[in-house]
Amino acid sequence: MSLVINDLHATLEDGTEILKGVSLEIPAGEVHAIMGPNGSGKSTLSKVIAGHEGYVVTGGSVTLDGQDIFEMSIDERSRAGIFLAFQYPSEVPGVSNANFIRAALQSRLPKGEEIDAVAYYKNLYSKMDLLEMDRKFTARSVNEGFSGGEKKRNEILQMLMLEPKVCILDETDSGLDIDALKIVAKGVNAMRSPDRGMLLITHYQRLLDYIKPDHVHVMAAGKIVRSGGPELALELEAEGYEFLKDELATA
Amino acid sequence: MSYDTSTTLDDDTREAIDIDRTKGDFHFPERHKFDAGRGLTEKTIDYICDVKNDPQWVREFRHKALQVFREKPMPTNWATKDLENIDFDVIRYYLSDGEKPKRSWDEVPEEVLKTFERLGIPEQERAFLAGVEAQYDSEAAYSNMKEELTKLGVIFVNSTEGLKNHEEIFRPWFGKVIPTSDNKFSALNSAVFSGGSFIYIPKGVKLKQPLQAYFRINSENFGQFERTLIIADEGAEVMYMEGCTAPKFETSTLHSAVVELVALKGAKIQYVTVQNWSSNVFNLVTKRGLAMEDAEVRWIDCNIGSRLTMKYPGVIMKGERARGEVISIALANTGQHQDTGAKMIHAANNTTSNIVSKSISVGEGRATYRGQVHIPKHLKGCKNNTECDALLINTKSRTDTYPAITVRGNQHATQHEASVSQVSEDMLFYMQQRGLSEGEAMSLAVNGFINDLVREFPMEYSVELKRLIDLEMEGSVG
Repeated sequence: MSLVINDLHATLEDGTEILKGVSLEIPAGEVHAIMGPNGSGKSTLSKVIAGHEGYVVTGGSVTLDGQDIFEMSIDERSRAGIFLAFQYPSEVPGVSNANFIRAALQSRLPKGEEIDAVAYYKNLYSKMDLLEMDRKFTARSVNEGFSGGEKKRNEILQMLMLEPKVCILDETDSGLDIDALKIVAKGVNAMRSPDRGMLLITHYQRLLDYIKPDHVHVMAAGKIVRSGGPELALELEAEGYEFLKDELATA
Repeated sequence: MSYDTSTTLDDDTREAIDIDRTKGDFHFPERHKFDAGRGLTEKTIDYICDVKNDPQWVREFRHKALQVFREKPMPTNWATKDLENIDFDVIRYYLSDGEKPKRSWDEVPEEVLKTFERLGIPEQERAFLAGVEAQYDSEAAYSNMKEELTKLGVIFVNSTEGLKNHEEIFRPWFGKVIPTSDNKFSALNSAVFSGGSFIYIPKGVKLKQPLQAYFRINSENFGQFERTLIIADEGAEVMYMEGCTAPKFETSTLHSAVVELVALKGAKIQYVTVQNWSSNVFNLVTKRGLAMEDAEVRWIDCNIGSRLTMKYPGVIMKGERARGEVISIALANTGQHQDTGAKMIHAANNTTSNIVSKSISVGEGRATYRGQVHIPKHLKGCKNNTECDALLINTKSRTDTYPAITVRGNQHATQHEASVSQVSEDMLFYMQQRGLSEGEAMSLAVNGFINDLVREFPMEYSVELKRLIDLEMEGSVG
């Protein structure tokens, strides 16, 4: 598995350029973190990869195992293995969490094949136990009336169930207290595998205390302006984004 | 009243009755022995009376109704102008092969049998129904009921048989809940009605399984005008279900039924409709029930398809403590207008009514809710609850709500809630990101929206309903 982003340019529908040439490679087994100030294009990057229709790709490419993902619809990308844990997950009124995840799994099966309900619930419950989620969340409507932390946990639950090839986590740490953060990190760490790549998008170093990245990238004004090891995150934490002023000026 | 059929079915049976309604889009060549021709005149009425061998009182009833139909204006002052596109001169008002309804599927003409087999009716009958009537154009081709019900005195026949063989029960109630002059289309139906069910449930008899009627249009430019009268005697209980389909013809087809329900003291009638008309059917139906003391009338109404549906099931609560309920789901896709609602007329003390209406507008589809709740001043202790929720999928769709709640006097409790929500792009994106296609995502959102109402449907019909919605939503994706 490898996700390769090459010189990616994207604009809003009104033509405003948000991504101005992003290049990044996430091979299997690696965890990459993208940090950066607000408005730097981090979340846009995740949405463009997932296929959000509010953005227009104006240049560059993104491939998953050599396959051009821009040739695929949103759901095809998902089924191909791209998972996005949303910063603001949508509510789906009237659709139970269990049915929603089941429908997502069902969409991955060939036509005519049905999910084994007993095995499904067994799996679901074990993942929920890992995330310390109460069983009542299976029957509740997707994200409806969930607290911020419950929504984030629910994103990780879906990720655990769908077993994607690439996990993109957009600001998963925002709105979490420290206990919830630890639980979420436990779920994410359980997903780390030599076959899977991860991209963590975060504003703060805090998340990286619990999910250790292999590489850290700093994004500013639509570009990756610096890349390094985990120590880069600590540098940022200590000095803020100020020390990137020079890079920002030229970006 | 509840029929717990869900527990009695195994998976195979469920699968067998889980039919594909896209299969409704087919038709066989017409082989009609009797054809009243195009257009509506006195001669048409006489032709129908002659073919059906109607008694004189029915002939007079029809002729009077034709006059009323002619005098009544189209209700375009409040309803859509699309009604003006109905050409009454090209419609064929009566088509039949002249055969009596058969008691056994083996005797039904082959093409008709094939039609109903493809629609899954014989399997449903075997699986969970107490009786079935299957109407093909103007007349029932098949009509049968479990023998033990006949022994209990239950009557389940078509309207022609009802008015001839059971005149003493039929005639006192016929046209009493919905008078001929109620509206232009009830008058039209009264003039040319054919088919539909007549049901009588004797005192204290509680049917454990539903009775079902299936209405099938096979011919182009045809008007189907079934007439149903259900009488539940004191303490009796019955659930009646109707399904309808028509193939997609190039020209429009008219379906205009009249359904009258009479629930005597302590009786309960539930009337479940799952209609799936093709997109050029004008579906203009009048449905009303009369609930006497401690009686209950429930309409569970699901409207999918058609070009225009106008239907406002009503309950007149005439006896103390009577209850009326309308639960309706309407799905309007591009090119469709679902103009539906409910009428609750409180006419006795301590009567209770409940209206829950959910509409979904997709693409350029349009959903309109019209509700009427009437509680006069001299009554006390009446209650009404009205909830109407609309779901919009994409910005071109349209929804309108016209509630009219007339409550006089101050000894009543009414509450009204309405909401409009939207399936947002973000919600669809979220679901698609989990692997669902756009169509699957939309139908999941729609199913979520109506989830609490679907539970009111019998198991077999809720499965069917979900499938119909899936098909509609898939079809709505470009």
